[in-house]
Parts: sequence; structure tokens; C-alpha cells
Amino acid sequence: MAERVLMKGNEAIAEAAIRAGCRHYFGYPITPQTEIAAYMAKRMPKIGGVFLQAESEIASINMVYGAAAAGMRVMTSSSSPGISLKSEGLSYIAGSDVPAFVVNVQRGGPGLGGIQPSQSDYFQATKGGGHGDYRMIVLAPASVQEMASLTVKGFNLADKYRMTAMILADGTIGQMMEPISFEDVEVETYDKPWALTGTGMKREHNIVNSLYLKPDELERTNFQRYEKYRTVEESEALWEEYLMEDAEICVTAFGIAARVAKNAVAAARAEGIKAGLIRPITLWPFPKAALRRAADQVKAFVSVELNMGQMIEDIRLATECRRPVSLCNRTGGMIPSPDQVLSSIQAAAGCRDGRLSEGQMTSPAQKGGN
Amino acid sequence: MDHKRITLFAGHYGSGKTNIAVNYALLLAREGKRTAIADLDIVNPYFRTKDSARELEAAGVELISPQFASSNVDLPALPAEAYRLVQDKDLYAVMDIGGDDRGAYALGRYTPYILEEGDYRMAFVANPCRPLTKTPEEALEVMREIEAAGGLPFTCIVNNANLAHETSLHTVLDALPYMKRLSELSGLPVWLTSAEESVAEALAGWVPEVLPMRLQEKYFDLPEQKDPPKPRPLFG
Repeated sequence: MAERVLMKGNEAIAEAAIRAGCRHYFGYPITPQTEIAAYMAKRMPKIGGVFLQAESEIASINMVYGAAAAGMRVMTSSSSPGISLKSEGLSYIAGSDVPAFVVNVQRGGPGLGGIQPSQSDYFQATKGGGHGDYRMIVLAPASVQEMASLTVKGFNLADKYRMTAMILADGTIGQMMEPISFEDVEVETYDKPWALTGTGMKREHNIVNSLYLKPDELERTNFQRYEKYRTVEESEALWEEYLMEDAEICVTAFGIAARVAKNAVAAARAEGIKAGLIRPITLWPFPKAALRRAADQVKAFVSVELNMGQMIEDIRLATECRRPVSLCNRTGGMIPSPDQVLSSIQAAAGCRDGRLSEGQMTSPAQKGGN
Repeated sequence: MDHKRITLFAGHYGSGKTNIAVNYALLLAREGKRTAIADLDIVNPYFRTKDSARELEAAGVELISPQFASSNVDLPALPAEAYRLVQDKDLYAVMDIGGDDRGAYALGRYTPYILEEGDYRMAFVANPCRPLTKTPEEALEVMREIEAAGGLPFTCIVNNANLAHETSLHTVLDALPYMKRLSELSGLPVWLTSAEESVAEALAGWVPEVLPMRLQEKYFDLPEQKDPPKPRPLFG
């Protein structure tokens, strides 16, 4: 068995990034992800890498843009308000088709919000955040082990498709400690003939740019880029299914919410309710096929989220609203207990004619539960 | 086990200081000592001593923690009451210091009182399963950084070798050469071996002083398990 180490989620990302060949880290501190920067500050100088604490989030994302254009494996990390600041750079990186790796260890919002865990940047990560037509590959780890393996995966995918891969974690997984090992995902390397590495007077110079003076050229580039995105959607969706074989109620949850939901599904089974769980691991591309299949089988969906209901929209889209989808949610740093999720499953299981009553649509938090 | 009037736990962040400090305070209370514990961690706003407030209160341990601990206010301020730990000499005091040198800066203001009284134990909590202190040499580096920041020299080492819920007897025993080397390098004795209760039981006879620990419960399933279980303890 590979060597086991006890790591915080944030440290696991940093160490996995180094093992994936990342030698350039640019960032700006913010709770609850600062351990990533602290780890990089300690390790990078010892392995000939660059750690730079920039003057702001905006500066650091543009340093990422620059290093990515030069073909480096490069990353930055931040938490919700910091990712908002970086969003302009993310749009430029997408418009220039360079690979970058970005981590968002989410905290409560909007605004300064709070430092406790949250999943309320789902829209920002999967639908844009920055301006223009673009996508990012969004990976949602649910354990410290996945913080490491999805980091390596993220660097691989970013290079493979020349786009940004983002880890969308939350304060809980960032801070919690679990034993992990590192050898489970292979590091892939890709040639980067487009990179700005100097011509050596032997070839035409490369250009990395997101500005298009001619509208038809910009349109053509956007169409080409979306061809690439379609390939990603067709081939890179990842998800986990738990007890779905004969499920009548499908619980959906990502990240830390899925850890709680899994306990609730097991508790529902113990009560004789045929519940199962689909945990999207990639939030974009969203595992539509799995949800579509589930919609043929189950009576209802329950989406467990640490936000006001964001992934629930993608579930409704993927299933074309063929089954009722109810929301079980907490926000502001609160995390639902397995009992709260269980009562949402019970309510969904009691639904008749494929419709939920008004009362069943409300979440435990709205009912004033703790 | 003999006790000093003030016991401080410091070390690399994530080495297990808070769990050990809480369990040690509970042990003091069980032995009938008037005990207080102070959370002096101004670095990490999560995994606080305050998370164990209910158990500490039930055991009669006084808890002194920053006013905003476990809230959304990420404010590095210490409570004035913490001075009682160094001034009230009828009290057995346990101090939970923040991780690394950054955490130990907060200790500096109490150091002159602690040194003057001279009845203290400053314990370095070591876990070789943590990535940045995998060698005794790296641990020694952290030790020296903490001493420079807090101004208080360490007097002993706590062997807290663990892999959270995967910890076995072997995890602890495999760490013994590491602890011996760290002891040689620093010139300090290994005072205590701390482990979760079931492992601690198995350790009897292998190491001299064992602190059996109860850990906070979380209701996240363990990721390696196919079937999610009832809530099980995880190290904080």
C-alpha cells in the first residue's frame, strides 16, 4: 500500500499540485484556504519553484495568465470573495485558450459573508463569473483524498483542453484532516507548441491574446471553442452512484454535502425507503446522462446543497423536469445533519402522483429546524 | 502521572494540540484538580477548544477562549481572562497554543510570568504522519521556530503519531525511532504518548505514559467505506 499521510484538504491540494508538476504559485491570502499558500511558501523554494504572494487577487490571476501563456503548470487559490476578484482574469484566460488551475475553497456569501463553509459559488463556477461565453472544468472533491487526486486530474484536463480547471471545495474539506496517499492518479504531460517560450529564431512567433478586432474572427473562435467544450461534455463527466440500482428517491449532492447525504441515504434504507445518491464529481461538465437515467427510474429527487438552491437548476434541466425535485439546504456556514436530510427524503418518499405539496418543498432550515 | 502547574501544548499546525490539551485538562479534572484551559490559538479560526465546551463544562474545567471563537469574526485577539492562568497559582492551567511559530507569537506576553514561576511543562506535539514534519530534523526546525517566536523553551515531547481513524498500534510503535531521534536532537525527553482510547489500550506496556483520548464526533462518513456508517470520531 502506498504511504499514508495525515493531511488537511488544503495541504493535499498543494502537495498534489507540486507532484503534478506545478512550479508556479501566485496567490493572495484569504480564509479558509490560506494553508495552500503557506504550504507552497514552505515547499516551492526547496524544489526550485516560484511562490509569490501578489499585491491582490487581480494581480495573482494575471500572473497565472502570464505563466500559463508561457506553458507552465501554474495555479492560484482563493476563497469566494477572492474568486470574484479573479473572475476578470479567468475570462481572459478562457479567451486566450491557455490552461490554468484554480482553487476555490468556498465560504459564506454574498459579500464578505463569513468564513464558515458554503457551496454558494456553484453558479459562479459553472455558469461563468467572468464575462463572455466560456466554460471551466469544475471538480468537486468530497474528501481529502479527492482534494489530492482531483488536483492532479485538474492539471491534466487543463493542459489537455487548454482551459481552466477549477477545484470547487468548501471550508470543511479545506480544513478537515484525513489520511491519504498520493499515487492514485497518473500525471499526464502535453506538448505545448502554442506556448510563448521564445522562437530561438527558428519558428514563427506565437501569440496569446483574447482580443479579436474582426467580429467574424471572434465568432469563429467562439464556435471552435464551443466544439471543444462539447468534447469535454461528452467525455469528461464524473460522478459517483450509491445504492442507485433500485432507488425510488434520488438524493443529489456534491462535495461535503454528499458526505452527510450518504449517511442519510443509509438511514433511509434502514427505514425501508429505497433511497440512492448521485454525487456529481464534475459540476461542469454536469453528469446529465446519469441524472437522465435516474429520472426514468425514481419518483423524486432531493437536492442537498449548502446554498439557496443552485445545482437544483441543473438537475431540473438534465431531467427536463420529469420528476419533482425538492431542496434540502442550509447556508451561511451551517451544515445539515443526516436527520434533516432524512426528513427531506421521507417527505419526498411520501409524495403522490409525482408532485410534492407546498409544505414538502420547504427545507428544514426554512421550517426553523436546526 | 505527575503534573506541573502550567502545561502548554505547541507544535506544527494539525499535529493534534487541541485534542491533547482538551483530553489532558479532562484528566486533570478527573484527578480532582481545579483546572482551567485557555485557547490561545489566534491563527486557525476552526477546530477550537470551544468545540469541546460541553464536555469541559460537565467535567468542571473552566474554558477561556477568545470572545469570537467559532463565529464568523476572524479576529486574532486574546481574552484578558487568560492572564488568570499565569496569575492564579491555585489553578492547574492548560494552554493550547496555535500552530507553528505564527501561533506561538501569542504566547510571548505570558512567557515572563511562566518563566518567573518556573512550574511549567512546555510540550512539543509531534506527529510523523504529517507531511511537513515527516523527519525528526524537520520537526526540530519547527520546534526552534516556535521557541524563537514564543520565547519559551520546550521541556518535553508528546508522541501523537496518528493517521486519524486509520491509526493502529503500529502507527504509534513505528514512530518510536523518530521520537528517539527527535529526543536526541533536542535533548528533551518524550513525556507522553497520546492516542485514541482503543489504540491507547493496546499501547499499555509498550510505552511509559499514555494519554487516552476521546475525540470529537463528526457526522461525515469516512470516504473509504462503501457503506456509510454511524457517526464515528475523527481527529479535529
